[in-house]
Amino acid sequence: MLEIRNLHARVDGKDILRGLTLSVNAGEVHALMGPNGSGKSTLAYLIAGREGYERTDGEILYRGRDLLAMNVEERAREGVFLGFQYPVEIPGVSAMTFLKSSVNAVRKHRGLPEYDAMEFLKVVREKAKQLDMPDGLLQRPVNVGFSGGEKKRHEIFQMALLEPTLALLDETDSGLDIDALRVVASGINRLRDPSRAILLITHYQRLLDYVVPDRIHVMAQGRLVKSGDKTLAAELEKTGYAGLGAAA
Amino acid sequence: MPDSVRRHKADGAGSLTTTDIAASYKRQFAASRASLPGAGLRWLNDLRDDAIERFALRGLPTQRLEDWKYTNLTPFAKTQFNLATAAPARIDSEKIERFLLRGVPHHQLVFINGRYDAKLSQLGTMPAGLVIRSLAAILDEGGDVLSEHFPGVGVGRDQAFAALNTAFMADGAFIHVGRGVCVEEPIHLLFVTSGVSATATQPRIFVIAEAGCALTLLQTYADIGTDETSSLTNAVTEISAAPGAIVRDYKLQREGTGAFHIATTAVRLGSDAVYDSFALAVGARLCRNEIHAVLHGGGIGCRLKGAHLLRGRQHADTTTVIDHVRAGSRSEEDYKCVLDDAARSVFQGRIIVRPDAQKTDARQMNRNLLLSRQAQADSKPELRIEADDVKCSHGATVGELDANSVFYLRTRGIDEKAARNLLIEGFIGELVDEVHVGSVQVHLRQAMWSWLSRSRG
Repeated sequence: MLEIRNLHARVDGKDILRGLTLSVNAGEVHALMGPNGSGKSTLAYLIAGREGYERTDGEILYRGRDLLAMNVEERAREGVFLGFQYPVEIPGVSAMTFLKSSVNAVRKHRGLPEYDAMEFLKVVREKAKQLDMPDGLLQRPVNVGFSGGEKKRHEIFQMALLEPTLALLDETDSGLDIDALRVVASGINRLRDPSRAILLITHYQRLLDYVVPDRIHVMAQGRLVKSGDKTLAAELEKTGYAGLGAAA
Repeated sequence: MPDSVRRHKADGAGSLTTTDIAASYKRQFAASRASLPGAGLRWLNDLRDDAIERFALRGLPTQRLEDWKYTNLTPFAKTQFNLATAAPARIDSEKIERFLLRGVPHHQLVFINGRYDAKLSQLGTMPAGLVIRSLAAILDEGGDVLSEHFPGVGVGRDQAFAALNTAFMADGAFIHVGRGVCVEEPIHLLFVTSGVSATATQPRIFVIAEAGCALTLLQTYADIGTDETSSLTNAVTEISAAPGAIVRDYKLQREGTGAFHIATTAVRLGSDAVYDSFALAVGARLCRNEIHAVLHGGGIGCRLKGAHLLRGRQHADTTTVIDHVRAGSRSEEDYKCVLDDAARSVFQGRIIVRPDAQKTDARQMNRNLLLSRQAQADSKPELRIEADDVKCSHGATVGELDANSVFYLRTRGIDEKAARNLLIEGFIGELVDEVHVGSVQVHLRQAMWSWLSRSRG
């Protein structure tokens, strides 16, 4: 699904990724861990296509295709989803209008008929129920006045609506209290699917108590320094990143 | 049209001076005076004579005047408008279809080239206590009901365009809402210019809202000519709201980019009255919305809001004066502008707090979104505070579309153009959402979508 080979990248002229190699198969959940500044978010933004993030060497293949050759919206329409660490507030645009534009853009690309307002409302209500998403939130402007937990739930909700094949969740657990973390985690677990790859980017292992990954990778200074199965999280908990020679 | 003026224009010897223009419009007035509606009414003739003299004396406003500092009328002076043209034009109803208010019953008055068209209008069911008449009809009947409302509630005698309107006004609307009457259905005044070059329309609108009544007024200005046809709309609206009256005053200006649109609104508010104004403009080469609101009592809520969407070389000017005369009233202003290409916007907001107007709460905000490097926004707040226990604030911002927001939307599959449009819609939509009538919101949004659909990628 996702194949990253010897990836080098810079942001604002500064080298951040230095030879990252990683592959995630369909049906798998991987966790990418590491101290601040190790390059986790850079990887997420590079995959999503943020301006100013420049690949200097290596490649990213998504379902065998050169991901970096596609523009931002094309990646999304092809099934790549980035859950933001800091979801953006958009005053004046209701979450409902935003979600409908998004879902219909993706459906159109996939050759599916676009939803009209009534159909879309039905789809949204159904998903909202499954994910315990308060209906009132969607009448409000996108992320405006949402609590930290509501913003993250809104990200997971978007993921559920868009049904991506590759989902990257950047620090989705940050800033959540334990109840919100449980809700978000169960949303992610619900989306585990044999046809979908999920990459969780996280600083702490506590999310991994609720979403058990197939593989865990530790990143430092722009490359992977260790990979292992789910037991690696417990090991990290004991030793810290320093214990793995991965201090920032 | 005087020959000297025409030659002047034709050989491209530059624009007329504002004094030339004033003199030529004075000659037009002399030639058409006898054929203007209500020509037999002495009080009206006196009023018109006085107005044209005042206009001729001062000429068109120049940028040397503080109130016109940022708006240059030179392009306006290049066209000689036929101020007295009142040739009734026949227009098929399907041509104005797209400008109509939809979805709810309402009172609809249609004006073609400034003249009331009874065939295209639908007054609907009139509740007791509501009077809506065409101004020309009232003048034809002797104008008694009007004479008591002149010389008007507060359009300054020295405002050139208001004076020009008084001299030439031929039609418009007279709306009277009786004490305690709640008019549920919006009153829609639709002004359509037929697209003959140099056509001028000078509508005059009176709204008399008696104590405790409520009404919603919507004015739409549109044209069916080619986009570049030059035309002039010089509208004056006078609103008098007695204590406790609620007046919602909405406006859409979607004229072509050859149009000059000048609108002056004078509002006089009694204690506990509510005045809500929202004006959306997507058209005209030059648009000036000038509002003068005088708050004559306590407990008044006066909200002036508006938005312009501009591109090309369009110029829009919003000039407001809010005069707090008595203690304990509130005013709120929020004007937004989206500017593309080499468009320019001007906001001038004067707030006056008189010595007796303690406990005034006045807030003013002007926000501009620049989509191009060539666009320019000028913002000039002006607070004159003569009382010591008041809350007054003002703010102005000029910014670009947030790149972070555009990126966020694109990561959700929305292409760049759609993402930018969604953000612009949100920026303006915040104000449209405050409009109290759903059908009016849709009316305004449709004009906004039509503007957005023509935006660059």
